[in-house]
Amino acid sequence: MATLELRGIRKSFGAVQVLHGIDLQVAEGEFIVIVGASGCGKSTLLRIVAGLETATEGSVLIGGADVTRLEPKDRDIAMVFQNYALYPHMSVFDNMAYGLRIRGLPRAEIEGRVRRTAEMLGLGDLLRRKPRELSGGQRQRVAMGRAIVREPKLFLFDEPLSNLDAKLRVQMRAEIKRLQRRLGVTSLYVTHDQVEAMTLGDRLVVMNEGRAEQVATPMEVWREPANTYVAGFIGAPAMNFLHGRLCEEGHAVDLRAGPAIALAAPPASATEAEVTVGIRPEHVRVVGNGAAGAIPLKVDLVEPLGAESLIHGILPSGEGLTVRASDCSPLAGTTLPIVLPAEHLHLFGGDGRRLRLAHARGAAAPVRVGA
Amino acid sequence: MRKKVIFPQLGLPYLLLLPQLAITVVFFFLPAGQAIWFSFLRQDAFGIRTEFVWFENFVELFQDPLYLDSMWVTLVFSFWVTLLSMSVALGLAVLADRHIRGATAYKTLLIWPYAIAPAVAAVLWIFIFHPQIGLLGKFLNGIGIKWDYKLNGTQALITVIVASAWKQVSYNFLFFLAGLQSIPRSVLEAAAIDGASPARRFWTVVFPLLSPTTFFLLVINLTYAFFDTFGVIDALTKGGPAKATTTLIYRAYIDGRVNLDLGSSSAQSVVLMLAVIALTAVQFRFIERKVHY
Amino acid sequence: MMHGPVSTTAAEAIARAEAAATRADASRRRADWLTHAILILGVALFALPIWIVLMGSTHDVATISRGEVPLLPGPYAVENYTAAWAEGSARTTRVPVSAMMLNSFVMAMLIAVGKIAISILSAYAVVFFSFPGRMLAFWAIFITLMLPVEVRIFPTFKVVSDLGMINTYTGLIVPLIASATATLLFRQFFLTIPDELVEAAKIDGAGPMRFFKDVVVPLSTTNMAALFVILFVYGWNQYLWPLLITTTGDVETIVIGIVRMIGSEADTDWHLVMATTVLALLPPVAIVILMQRWFVKGLVETEK
Repeated sequence: MATLELRGIRKSFGAVQVLHGIDLQVAEGEFIVIVGASGCGKSTLLRIVAGLETATEGSVLIGGADVTRLEPKDRDIAMVFQNYALYPHMSVFDNMAYGLRIRGLPRAEIEGRVRRTAEMLGLGDLLRRKPRELSGGQRQRVAMGRAIVREPKLFLFDEPLSNLDAKLRVQMRAEIKRLQRRLGVTSLYVTHDQVEAMTLGDRLVVMNEGRAEQVATPMEVWREPANTYVAGFIGAPAMNFLHGRLCEEGHAVDLRAGPAIALAAPPASATEAEVTVGIRPEHVRVVGNGAAGAIPLKVDLVEPLGAESLIHGILPSGEGLTVRASDCSPLAGTTLPIVLPAEHLHLFGGDGRRLRLAHARGAAAPVRVGA
Repeated sequence: MRKKVIFPQLGLPYLLLLPQLAITVVFFFLPAGQAIWFSFLRQDAFGIRTEFVWFENFVELFQDPLYLDSMWVTLVFSFWVTLLSMSVALGLAVLADRHIRGATAYKTLLIWPYAIAPAVAAVLWIFIFHPQIGLLGKFLNGIGIKWDYKLNGTQALITVIVASAWKQVSYNFLFFLAGLQSIPRSVLEAAAIDGASPARRFWTVVFPLLSPTTFFLLVINLTYAFFDTFGVIDALTKGGPAKATTTLIYRAYIDGRVNLDLGSSSAQSVVLMLAVIALTAVQFRFIERKVHY
Repeated sequence: MMHGPVSTTAAEAIARAEAAATRADASRRRADWLTHAILILGVALFALPIWIVLMGSTHDVATISRGEVPLLPGPYAVENYTAAWAEGSARTTRVPVSAMMLNSFVMAMLIAVGKIAISILSAYAVVFFSFPGRMLAFWAIFITLMLPVEVRIFPTFKVVSDLGMINTYTGLIVPLIASATATLLFRQFFLTIPDELVEAAKIDGAGPMRFFKDVVVPLSTTNMAALFVILFVYGWNQYLWPLLITTTGDVETIVIGIVRMIGSEADTDWHLVMATTVLALLPPVAIVILMQRWFVKGLVETEK
């Protein structure tokens, strides 16, 4: 168990810079999920922490000690790979014991540690098997076991669930969370799946094009996304973005699509009138015909999900809008009156950054990292 | 080309490469370089004076009717060895590929001649072709056809061709069978549904799809006929009678070993090297272009 | 078009289809029999030279020299094989076959094992390391593919004789050991080892040699077996090179020995030549048949 600190990590492959200076502080026992689309640099960042890749600039500190120049084996870390990377010719026992043997642990201790870990993971009866004789979920568990048995300072997970089918993924997700709680080992977990990120992480690092766009708890990221990228990336279906203009000295926002909406307070940091207005599909309200301030949405496509429906429509401004509504499934081609509640609007400036209202709703201010 | 993930050690890879590179340099680059160098030199009769003679060795070689003869013998020999061994192998492979019981057993029964040395294969065929103690040779002489491969050049050529082709059939058979088995069943079924007769199916569907294999085997068989058949010729005919079975490699052997003519045998080595390089180049060009089915 | 009652038409159609199916079955069965017949004939013709020699090796020299090509076993099997094994041909070579077999075996084993050993090491270096001159080394090895030993035989012979290695196992074996094929096969296979396996090993603390010993070698066993069959046969069957390098019986191989046994016509112990031939082809044929699965795999993959 240890803290982890990243200081100004930059990485270039030739002329291509893939990481533009990442700073991160991880507390002891914290579970950090790095989430982002493929190619955002999240795996590279993890591999730099592991020592499998060298940073062009910056340093990595584990438990306060600078490990930037150390080989992976000297960093006291363990890693779970996407394809598990089990040694195909070794039994489950040998796969788990290999690292301990190289470290020269006494035979009895290796035996004891491997058996304990295997019991914990429900692999007790499979120790003699070869990886090819195991199911996907069991292989995943062995990969976890190989990491746990080492009792490292730091767990690194590189999309460990993406090779499993949907049902098993949900099951293993919960299991990983429980294990991490129980062992209390500081963990860094890379995924492209936002549901995994939201459910697993104590804090998220949302990455885009080699930058950490936001580092915050899952609920903060969802409630107060730092910029349009994070807002669009976290949440499914994705947040709607509309053109708007601040008016009445910032006390209201005038939508291109419809009437002006009064704001609780003017944005504290707005420098220009043009803004992007974001609203999550589940926050759009469907109202009765003739309701005050209603905007007519021309329904284009309805996707029933069971309890709810997704309604894709076009606003009078020509902008698209998705609504998630229960008890409402209009026919395509009809018009649906909707209202955008002021308390659920997110305002973003011309540079895409969130505009915080002068008297924000009490939540802790999100920390911006990198940039 | 290499893995994305590598070990950082610097000295170790050189150590790992050392055995192979050392052997390659001493027994490959050094001799090849010397051959090229010597092919431009000529020693006098007593081996005392050595003179740089440019391409004279080559000019002489190509003006020597005996050398041109051995080129012609090599061409005829290689043509027939390749044609015979490939066509027999293709026929057998097509039959064995049909879904009949025992295909595996036939495979086992047909592949073992691969393991027999060319020289040993030649000895086996002595007991077929020998005019007095050979099964066929004795029979031919019995019905009045004069047969003796040690006296008749054409018969000698036939003997070495048959013995050489026989040994190569199993190699070709394996590759043709593998090629046939890699043709998707659906393609053949589509052709059958289109109403093509089996023979038509073979020539319009199967054979074109086999063409990469066929071409590959063509090059391999030519190389085999050029070089590996030395043992067959040495054991059966020793290049005779009257040089009727002296191929280029056999001639190089005689000049180098028996006549000890360094300049000429080096020039011959260089010619052979060029021949192999040409064959290999053709093969690589083709493999690059070939469409994998 | 039929104009009769529908049921009759249907019944006729079914009957016709059944008849056609029966005919098709029959013709397929006929074709299968024909296929079997041709294949059996092919196999028999193929095996004929071996059969004759196998049978001949159990007869005495007089029978064979008279030209009575025997197609059935005779009574002299034990005598002939014992004589060949222990003494060889008294009239020509005078080297016991057992000695030559041992030479062949040593040569084939050393060539096979040596090639596999140096090839797996160099392929490992080329694939898993990055170092100055890597491509140069790779091409230096690759280019040897182009020139089989037969082509550069005299220049190589000269180098070996300059090094004083004539009539030695070293001279016989070492020049044949450098092989691009084996290196290329291993390289091909190594490229299929997932990167993550290397990373996992690094995190487990394994250095390059440990990874080689614990992971790469165990994973390569099938490839090694495949190469072993091919290289053993290659080594056993060498002819031109041993012919040049061995001028005394000390390191003479069986393949050379047989050809030398066939002296001038009158002098040849044909019955012993036959017995020796059977002995000479037994080890490589046995290896190919016993290790058929690996052999076929190795053959097809080395030529890719």
